[in-house]
Amino acid sequence: MSSKENAIEVEGLVVHRGGRPVLGSITFSVQRGSVTGLLGPSGSGKTTLMRSIVGVQKIRSGRITVLGQPAGSAPLRNSVGYMTQAPSVYGDLTVRENARYFGSLHGASHWAADRAVADVGLGEAAGQVVNTLSGGQRARASLACALLARPSVLVLDEPTVGQDPVLRAELWQRFHDLADEGVTLLVSSHVMDEAARCDRLLLIRDGSLIADDSPEGVRRASGTQDLDEAFLRLVVESRGKGRA
Amino acid sequence: MSPRVTLRTAGRVLRQLRHDPRTVALMLGVPVLLITLLRFVFDARPETFDRVGLMMLGIIPFMTMFLVTSVAMLRERTTGTLERLLTTPMNKLDLLVGYGIAFAVAAAAQSAVTSATAYGLLGLDTGASPLLVGVIAIATAILGMAIGLLTSAFASSEFQAVQFMPLVVMPQTMLCGLITPRDAMADWLRVISDLMPLTYAVEALTDASEHGGATDLMWRDVGIILAAALAALCLGALTLRRRSS
Repeated sequence: MSSKENAIEVEGLVVHRGGRPVLGSITFSVQRGSVTGLLGPSGSGKTTLMRSIVGVQKIRSGRITVLGQPAGSAPLRNSVGYMTQAPSVYGDLTVRENARYFGSLHGASHWAADRAVADVGLGEAAGQVVNTLSGGQRARASLACALLARPSVLVLDEPTVGQDPVLRAELWQRFHDLADEGVTLLVSSHVMDEAARCDRLLLIRDGSLIADDSPEGVRRASGTQDLDEAFLRLVVESRGKGRA
Repeated sequence: MSPRVTLRTAGRVLRQLRHDPRTVALMLGVPVLLITLLRFVFDARPETFDRVGLMMLGIIPFMTMFLVTSVAMLRERTTGTLERLLTTPMNKLDLLVGYGIAFAVAAAAQSAVTSATAYGLLGLDTGASPLLVGVIAIATAILGMAIGLLTSAFASSEFQAVQFMPLVVMPQTMLCGLITPRDAMADWLRVISDLMPLTYAVEALTDASEHGGATDLMWRDVGIILAAALAALCLGALTLRRRSS
């Protein structure tokens, strides 16, 4: 595939943290205008992989290209949005103040900031100080700030943790709307029922990629309709390969 | 660098302060309390109060801004907001200068309240005008901010950040000529004292006071203080790394 179709290309990525390998030679690419799910148990290396793609992680070897540019390079800072796992917003400011500030870094108007807050279902809580919100609400405040960058590539680290099912469905709908507009989304989760909502799945375990396929493809390869079960089978299979 | 982003950042930092009325009350109230205390400690020796009180007006903003900035910056580092900022088009200088402007404003407010109390109510009498003293106070506040920002890189918790205060502030306070004139110190200690930026704040205040107004030496000292602040800010900028392991 040419790099015009791919928004993200990762080749032979190796990352060590604290002297131990966290990611061992990962290669994949993500198509433009798609929603790709990055799934795996906690500690599997999802966050490290996402940090590498946005360019805040020191990498040991390999090559990461985002929109044809090396990951983390200056021209990308206007086109890549990143939402960290722990909500990185100012706890002593209101939701609206956070959105307006982070939005202003990308030249977004106050109106756009207020709109983004309403879009993640925090319209009523906009005037509340973030520290007084629930965990799920804080995560949404953080998401609103990431969306304000109006990025071409959006990297979201577990955006739906702690959200109620209705809201979760709404957020996923929004991710697909963005993808239809041409935005490329990489969304991590450790909840398998979210996997079915993705166009493409990357399954990661112990720092290795054990599947890179569509949800349908993963089901077919593992011979089960249940993605949870499919993941289990793939894990067992990858272990077998590791021993052989 | 973008002036718009810098000003928005300064506004954001001030807004954070506004949401924390207790910190604002402490920032404005504690110096007033201390200078009042000093006035009555030297009840029978008003000329000593004039000398020490004047120096306190220059040193207090340094201490306050050092503390506030080191904790504020540490929070930026530990809550992930710094990392988020560094993935945006924002320039590092926008962040540093934004902090500088915000805390200079806070220092100006603090200095105004403390000076009004000292000159208006406590009868502080200095040769230099309160406005000139205010200018020097803001310079030392900016210095405190810059050093606080730099030391925050070496702390991984708020406990540690606070412990840098006695390390960074106390020796400077002891050696700057506040406790005893610098001529009375051991020679080797004077050399160290020459290297500490707060020394020049005390010298500037003393010189302006003795000559009843701004002097060349005073402006040179203000320049030294701001140059030291700039150096600390540049070193601080190096600690704002986009990539970490």
